[in-house]
Amino acid sequence: MKHKTFFWFFLPTGLAMFMFIALPIVSVVIQSVYAPHEAVIIEVENCGPFGCTTETTIDQEATAAVREAQPLGRFVGLDIYLDRAHLAVGEISEAWATASSMGEFWDVLFNLPFYRALAFTLTYTFICTPALIALGLAIALAVNSLHRHFKGLAIFFSLLPMIVTPLIGSLILFWMIDSRGILGNFISYLADDPDLSLKASTPLMWISLIVYGIWSSAPFAFVVFYAGLQTLPSDQIEAAQIDGASRWEQVRYVVIPHLMPLVTFVALIQIMDNFKVLEPIIGFQASAHATSLSWIIVNDLGGETRQLSAAATTSVLTILGVAILLSPVLVRTWRDFKSGAH
Amino acid sequence: MYFKTVALAGAVALTGTMAFADGHAACEIGARVSIVGNEFPAIQTVGANAQECQGGEVTTNLTADHQKINLPGMQGNPAEYTTAIIANSSIVALMNDDVIRPLDDLVAKHGEGLSKNQLITINGQVMAVAFMANAQHLVYRADVLEQVGAEPPATYEEMLDVAAKIREAGIMENPITGAYAAGWNLAQEFNNMFLGFGGSHFKAGTAEPNVNTEEGIKALEMMKALSEYMNPDYLTHDSNAANAEWRANNAAIMNMWGSRAAVLTEAEGTPQEVIDGTAMGGPLTVGSGDTPASTLWWDGWTVAKNISDEEAEATFIAMTHAIRPDMLNEETSPLAVWLIDGYEPTEKAQGVFAAAQASTIPYPMLPYMGLLHTALGNELADFMQGKESAEQALKDVEAAYIAAAKEKGFL
Repeated sequence: MKHKTFFWFFLPTGLAMFMFIALPIVSVVIQSVYAPHEAVIIEVENCGPFGCTTETTIDQEATAAVREAQPLGRFVGLDIYLDRAHLAVGEISEAWATASSMGEFWDVLFNLPFYRALAFTLTYTFICTPALIALGLAIALAVNSLHRHFKGLAIFFSLLPMIVTPLIGSLILFWMIDSRGILGNFISYLADDPDLSLKASTPLMWISLIVYGIWSSAPFAFVVFYAGLQTLPSDQIEAAQIDGASRWEQVRYVVIPHLMPLVTFVALIQIMDNFKVLEPIIGFQASAHATSLSWIIVNDLGGETRQLSAAATTSVLTILGVAILLSPVLVRTWRDFKSGAH
Repeated sequence: MYFKTVALAGAVALTGTMAFADGHAACEIGARVSIVGNEFPAIQTVGANAQECQGGEVTTNLTADHQKINLPGMQGNPAEYTTAIIANSSIVALMNDDVIRPLDDLVAKHGEGLSKNQLITINGQVMAVAFMANAQHLVYRADVLEQVGAEPPATYEEMLDVAAKIREAGIMENPITGAYAAGWNLAQEFNNMFLGFGGSHFKAGTAEPNVNTEEGIKALEMMKALSEYMNPDYLTHDSNAANAEWRANNAAIMNMWGSRAAVLTEAEGTPQEVIDGTAMGGPLTVGSGDTPASTLWWDGWTVAKNISDEEAEATFIAMTHAIRPDMLNEETSPLAVWLIDGYEPTEKAQGVFAAAQASTIPYPMLPYMGLLHTALGNELADFMQGKESAEQALKDVEAAYIAAAKEKGFL
């Protein structure tokens, strides 16, 4: 395509991306380096149905002038990035200096909200992504080998987990793994331990979340791979068959190499998605056992006093996290593009 | 033709309700009214009553997510919402951002139907009008307690004894339930227990946290002791789940919200023994203290600052009309413990009444209380699961709160 044609072709998309992606990111970055003004607090007498008490409140007149002068709030630079709720630099260096063993240091580290969330987020991302790719591929191969009469039905049922709204899907599973639910009861019967509860155990909760993650995202991988299988040239498979390749060898040496670009694509999208895991944690009410970066953002915004700056900071850190995770794949794609151009 | 008939029928129906409304009390307003608030039945009633007013459009947006939208919806100029229905905890967020107006002049002009104790004054100015009270208190199964020969507990220590008896007798494996879900609910149970032991959340007159104290540790230890008698999933049980446990005949004692008492056993399929056996008690004390381990709450309405005086006046008239004394009838009275003149407490309201009489401490109306509540909700689950000591959990709470309070400019 000519550069000029490309420019006009891309302009509407580019404008929309600028307005709805770039500008909000700029706004979030600005918000993360500003915090609300120092509150001027005064003691007042409050009265209500239950009598009077002396309490404190914000002196609005004193604060109004400061707000007028600096509507963005006070500039705090990277203070919020470095505080305990985020990178916790002070707490970590103190723990490094005082901890007598590595184990003690890890204990302190994973007691900090950001690192605890990061630990689960990364575990979730790196177990779910490969597992759902493998499962998606297996389903695609299985459906592809079905008789054409059954294919439509099989595709529909394979897609169901993705069609179900994530929050509803996780709620249904949440009820099933309840200690009085069907799966919860079954597991406690298998383990022969009537007190066993999935929701009360951190490792079992992590496993449930990861299983949910694979279950809900595998259909995406399946659809992509299934579409890819339709473009597989039949002569290659026939050639492999004539050479005496077994079914597994055909998959290993013909099908998978053919689908490799799609695997990269699915991995890219799913790493991004899984790094932002939120719905299952909310749906499973799992925050006592597992938190994620997105959960921290929602929690900061959902309290009675909203912490906009803290939420903005976690958002920026999430964007950086996604960028770091995707960088190897992006670098490779860029290299392929460069070598392809020659 | 069909359309015309339908339109006519609608118009007739509308006139009918208007006449009905006029029959109750006239409510004339001259500007728009827009209400945002929570969605439980008592508030639905208030919203519907306000919509009886004539002369201006009255819209309501009643949703469980009201706290997420009321502040942004009142920050604009003109504000989207002319009134927000809030509680003593959530008025603070509106006060902090200065989006509600003092009501003294409107009370003088149109407030003849309001009684003095409905007016919430902050620093001498009326900032909200309360219409209902709420508190957590004991709910127990009289039949189960009788079976094991126990009196209804008056303290948390007695509650543990009763629970042990019920378990020993083999009636229920986990006789205690409650709203212990990690997050807001767990933090609220801590607040109750902490105040019951005589703790105070902040160092007097400052925003410095004061929960890592002897009272805090005792409060956590009592919560842990209670949790031994709860369903192992208790950290995921909010009020809804706790009430479901109750209706399923799985629990016999709990500390529950008064606002849920009226409808606790109403759900379809509730066993008859649960309906007959459920009884209300007052709030419990703990550690031989006098102060109940509970908090008092009010729900009320405010008027936005960034609206015209006409809209403010219309809002005040409509909302006062919505909570006028003669709105109380057989249908509305049991919905809440109304703070309205002429309200007669029903059987199910006695828990909240007992809480108010036992000089329970109102939930603190402090600008930074919400931040401490959030910090408690995030950090206490580790202790409940036995992952860390009470001291460490409370140290984490204070550290998390301090980071948040520094960000918001309170420290």
